[in-house]
Amino acid sequence: MSNVTLQQITKRFRQVTALEDVSFSVNHGEFFVLLGPTGAGKTTTLRIIAGLEKQDAGSVLFDGTPVDGLMPADRDIAFVFQQYSLYPTMTVYDNLAFPLRSPLRKMPEAEIKERVTRAADILRISHLLDRKTARLSGGEMQRVSIGRAIVREPRIYLMDEPLSNLDAKLRESLRVELQHIQKTQSSTILFVTHDQIEALTMSDRIGVLREGRIVQVGTPNDIYDRPADTFVAQLVGSPRINLLPARRDNGTVLVQDSPLHLPAPKTTHAQFLVGIRPEDVKPVPDGAFSGTVALTEPLGVETIVHIRAGGQTLLSIVPGLTDLRIGDEVRYSVAPERLHYFDPEGMRITSS
Amino acid sequence: MLKNQAAPYPTSSQPQRRRQISDRTLSQLFIWPTLILLIAINIVPLFYSLFLSFTNFSAIANKPAEFVGFANFTRIFNDEDIWGYFALTGRYALISVGLQTVIGFGLALLLRKKFRGSGILTTLILIPMMLSPVVVGLFWKLMFNPSYGIFNYLIGLTNPATAPDWLANSQTALWAVIIVDVWMWSPFVMLLCLSGLSAIPDYLYEAAAIDRASPWFQFWRITLPQVAPLLLIAVLFRTIEAFKAFDLVMGLTGGGPGDATQMISVEIYSQAFLGQFRTGRASALAYVVLVIIIAVSNVYIRTLNKVREG
Repeated sequence: MSNVTLQQITKRFRQVTALEDVSFSVNHGEFFVLLGPTGAGKTTTLRIIAGLEKQDAGSVLFDGTPVDGLMPADRDIAFVFQQYSLYPTMTVYDNLAFPLRSPLRKMPEAEIKERVTRAADILRISHLLDRKTARLSGGEMQRVSIGRAIVREPRIYLMDEPLSNLDAKLRESLRVELQHIQKTQSSTILFVTHDQIEALTMSDRIGVLREGRIVQVGTPNDIYDRPADTFVAQLVGSPRINLLPARRDNGTVLVQDSPLHLPAPKTTHAQFLVGIRPEDVKPVPDGAFSGTVALTEPLGVETIVHIRAGGQTLLSIVPGLTDLRIGDEVRYSVAPERLHYFDPEGMRITSS
Repeated sequence: MLKNQAAPYPTSSQPQRRRQISDRTLSQLFIWPTLILLIAINIVPLFYSLFLSFTNFSAIANKPAEFVGFANFTRIFNDEDIWGYFALTGRYALISVGLQTVIGFGLALLLRKKFRGSGILTTLILIPMMLSPVVVGLFWKLMFNPSYGIFNYLIGLTNPATAPDWLANSQTALWAVIIVDVWMWSPFVMLLCLSGLSAIPDYLYEAAAIDRASPWFQFWRITLPQVAPLLLIAVLFRTIEAFKAFDLVMGLTGGGPGDATQMISVEIYSQAFLGQFRTGRASALAYVVLVIIIAVSNVYIRTLNKVREG
């Protein structure tokens, strides 16, 4: 395992700039998630680290040593592709054993067997070892793909949305398994996803990528509680953060088209955006503000309540089920210490 | 049934009786002409020739067919010449299809990566298989000609004293036919292989590269298994065709010199339309070939299914 550092990586495909000046580090033993919407350049970043793609500028360092001249085989990485990249016509066992059988390694067959058995145990695919890969289900195939990565002890695991082709239940259980493997073996993982829940639940640190640029790098808490801009604020959290245009008025902030007035941040901006997480909008009998219920979305463990307040609609999330009905008058409060302020360009205004 | 087709079809919603055709009638309107044609020129001759194969009928004898039981078949199975022709056809099919497979697959591997002009090159390579076999036979006959043909010149045999006369020499005639067949049909194998190759996802090769697999492994474990189903289909088609080889042989050698290129189909033709016009015996021989082709195809198809299941 080792540290992997990207220094000002730029990659262009003809006219399109896929990555621009991307720099970040994945530390030894860290679960680093690269989060971003489709087309942000996440996969390209992985492929450049793997050596499958050549960057136009910048450098990839493993433990401080540039690896830019090395072929994928010589970088000692393991890659889990989004599509299950299994070798057809080979059994599951042979697929798992394959990376170990490389002539470069000269590993004795007994050790190969031991490692394959252990990996199969961890991923609960021991009963499939004799099967041909063409006869596996999607979840089984993806577990074999992950298994082919974990039989080795590479410097870093690169995982390209490995869970996105699986159904929700399987995704959840594999998420737990992956985290467990990573923590018990203290492996270094760089994991790419567009799913903010995957990012928040699994990662030690998250790097948010937008249109080829790194927007923010930080722990899940950083990302959720101190989003660097409105893009990050909207990317993480479900339901989405309430973003409301507002203006300063005598030490308070008035939200446009609504009765809301909130404490103002220490800033000179006259116009800005207020971000309120749905869990910070609380319907309470003695709430400071009032509105009407426009819609409720019961999810069992919690309910999303759409509150119409003036010209704005606020999302609120309440635990369990609620008695509120559409059209009901409702009073609610907003936690003033948990507000997010962004300038008109969308950048966070630090209010401390 | 045919009478019903044109009958007016009343509907309850429309009081006026309009001529309407139901879907069922319409589908039958389309199917029956084709079916009748197929029955007339395929099915009827098939069974008529099965009947003829048990008779001593001759198309020029001007007397009715006389039932002779299995006599035709007995004669065929006891005729050493015919066994020789079968062996010749088998050898021809084996060598010809083998070469086509290797060359076609090789060409497909070369043309797999797109480069400047690869599209036009592919099209050019495909031209031979679009030509009529008789035409191909005729112009290759000219190219093989020892005094003015271009073939000997191209392969460097320019001395008129030693240059071989490919089609007139019983040692080389079969090879001449094989060369033309390979020239004509390797592109077909290439075409099927190309479509198989283009279906192999890149990430399999990328995974192999990361796993430090050798190019040799990548070929045997990724490329070949993925192309195998289409390659087998190409081989199946070509084997059946090679067993029925006729037009090309007739255009080139007519079965000669002597019987050096007397493929089994040429033999059927000779029995049926040369000399005594032994229609009955030719039919019997044709049936023997049919059974062999069905048997061989079955073996192939079973292998194909096995390969597909992985």
